[in-house]
Amino acid sequence: MIGNEISRRAMLVKLGVFLNGIVASILAVPIVRYLLSPALRERKPGYESWLCLGGLDQFPTGQTRLATYRNPVVNAWDGDTANIACWVRNLDGQNFQVFAVNCAHLGCPVRWFPQSSLFMCPCHGGAYYQDGSRASGPPERGLFQYRYKVEDGKLLIEAGEMPTPGRAANTMRGGTTCA
Amino acid sequence: MRLIQKLGDWFDMRLQMGRSIRETAEHPVPRETASWFYVFGSAALTCFMLQVLTGILLALIYVPSAGEAWSSLQILNHSVSLGWFIRALHGWGSNFMIAIVLLHMLQVFLFGAYKFPRELTWIVGVLLLLVTVGMAFTGQVLRFDQDAYWGLGIGASIASRVPVMGPWVVNLMLGGPIIAGATLSRFFALHVFVIPGLLIAFVGVHLLMVLKLGINEWPMPGRIVRRATYFQEYRDLTHKQGVPFVPNAVWKDILFSGFILLSIAACAVYFGPFGPSGQPDPTIIQTAPHPDFFFLWLYALLSFLPPSSETPILLIGPAITLIVLLALPFVAGEGEKSWKRRPIAVLSVLLIAVTLGTFTHLAQHAPWSPVMDAWSSQPIPSQYLTGRTALERRGALVFQEKQCRNCHSLDDKGGQRGPALDSVALHLTQDQLIRQVIQGGGNMPAYGKNLSPAETTALVAFLETLHPAQQTPARDASRAATLGANAEQLRSPGP
Repeated sequence: MIGNEISRRAMLVKLGVFLNGIVASILAVPIVRYLLSPALRERKPGYESWLCLGGLDQFPTGQTRLATYRNPVVNAWDGDTANIACWVRNLDGQNFQVFAVNCAHLGCPVRWFPQSSLFMCPCHGGAYYQDGSRASGPPERGLFQYRYKVEDGKLLIEAGEMPTPGRAANTMRGGTTCA
Repeated sequence: MRLIQKLGDWFDMRLQMGRSIRETAEHPVPRETASWFYVFGSAALTCFMLQVLTGILLALIYVPSAGEAWSSLQILNHSVSLGWFIRALHGWGSNFMIAIVLLHMLQVFLFGAYKFPRELTWIVGVLLLLVTVGMAFTGQVLRFDQDAYWGLGIGASIASRVPVMGPWVVNLMLGGPIIAGATLSRFFALHVFVIPGLLIAFVGVHLLMVLKLGINEWPMPGRIVRRATYFQEYRDLTHKQGVPFVPNAVWKDILFSGFILLSIAACAVYFGPFGPSGQPDPTIIQTAPHPDFFFLWLYALLSFLPPSSETPILLIGPAITLIVLLALPFVAGEGEKSWKRRPIAVLSVLLIAVTLGTFTHLAQHAPWSPVMDAWSSQPIPSQYLTGRTALERRGALVFQEKQCRNCHSLDDKGGQRGPALDSVALHLTQDQLIRQVIQGGGNMPAYGKNLSPAETTALVAFLETLHPAQQTPARDASRAATLGANAEQLRSPGP
């Protein structure tokens, strides 16, 4: 009798553990989905969209100027962090290059020096030529470039996600075009 | 007195903890371990308790929102009464905690404490080191300034290099496509809930094992650790010649912890809080981000790694380090404990210390970074201009205008990215100078497209004057021979 009773109890304990296991795995699905949401979020259209950098008159021919835009995906409490800068180079009034400020090495903000026609990075000493191609230092590639188009006398770029060495390879062109 | 006794008895009858606390406090420890070398663990715990206390105090004011965090730190620094002091205590407490955790690790490594039967204590200790460093990094992010913003950018850039998964890892780390509100919120959750929770759990296990297995005995050269005999030998050390932990050993722990707390407070008063530096506004690009002290070595390493091997080293290096640390007690679980009989252990410690120290020292000067304003803030030394021709002076102007100075120093002023040019004419001939300026190379950009022929001529003319007065500049031997010979021939017949 006693042996029977213990095995019945033991079975009930196992049943309880099993039940909780099932509940836990059911709960795990929404929890994991919630945790992964930044990476999974609407991957099809992506985070990027076409943004206006302003009229062409802000970007004189032959010069490279800093432009800023408000990131398209934004929360009310993002503050200044949603304001993103980029470098716009007007080659000849028709053709442009729009570079991310993020160094292709580790993402620090590169500065444009018109006198020597170089972009220099303050972190680890990367340098780039005016067309964004790598000049020296640790970067493995040229500056990241945004796709651009001109509509109604305004310059638009496709942006919305911080360019990083790993992602840029798929979606962004390298900085080796034009001269 | 009698009332306190009665009150104590009342609680103890219900809690039933007095006896086990007394036994724990008075448990015997080997006589030699009542030493000043055995105080770092308790001091690290004291630092952690200070961090918890000051952290809670800061959380009363701090706003973990990307739009408000920076201004709430300003309020803490300038408006809240003694807010600056609590921030300084938390910041200096963090530095002291890492330093003491490292000292503790050094001591237990050199004293062979990771050997049988304390392998798991060491492994949990390695996890504690990881979460402590995790606290330091996430804490640096919560000080949401320019360094924090671009530091996150560096973290994201490293994470993005993970094969295949990279972009998703970046989105997970940042909580979205860019560094913004969601990023700060998740680092706040990590710094305030997740990592401290892990830390408390690991500390609990770590301490429990120290009590159950006993503190590591003082290592004696020749006293070999063997699995079969260790427990009996340790029992002899504690029960025959041992002393009670309280009060024989504990007074040193208490005094040292007090001394550390006092030092943290003194640093906090004298040096004040860390930052925040400029606002976390990514459109302000006139910034030179710098990590906190304990990550400086990494900052230096990242600028020295050759581009081709950087990604594999960044991704595999940490894993190898972790595996080595975790495998250590299994590879060397028995044998000598004394550092006097473990030369490789001592040399490894020295090598690591010198390497990290050198990298940290270099990172404080960052010689690999161009000095962004050297071209406009450091004039050419006058001794390099007096008595020079107009062309050479024009060259000096080109030298400044084209920002050569950002990477090349003259008279020890300017960048150190490239070599100092005070005596460049001794090493390079005119042709070599022209080639170097136009084509670049050896980590120097090519300036051919950016210099007119006249500017190049002037610049090289100036560079050729850069040599000590008593030494003759480098010259192309073949060219000198032919030109010189011709000149002699032309001149010698005379008119």
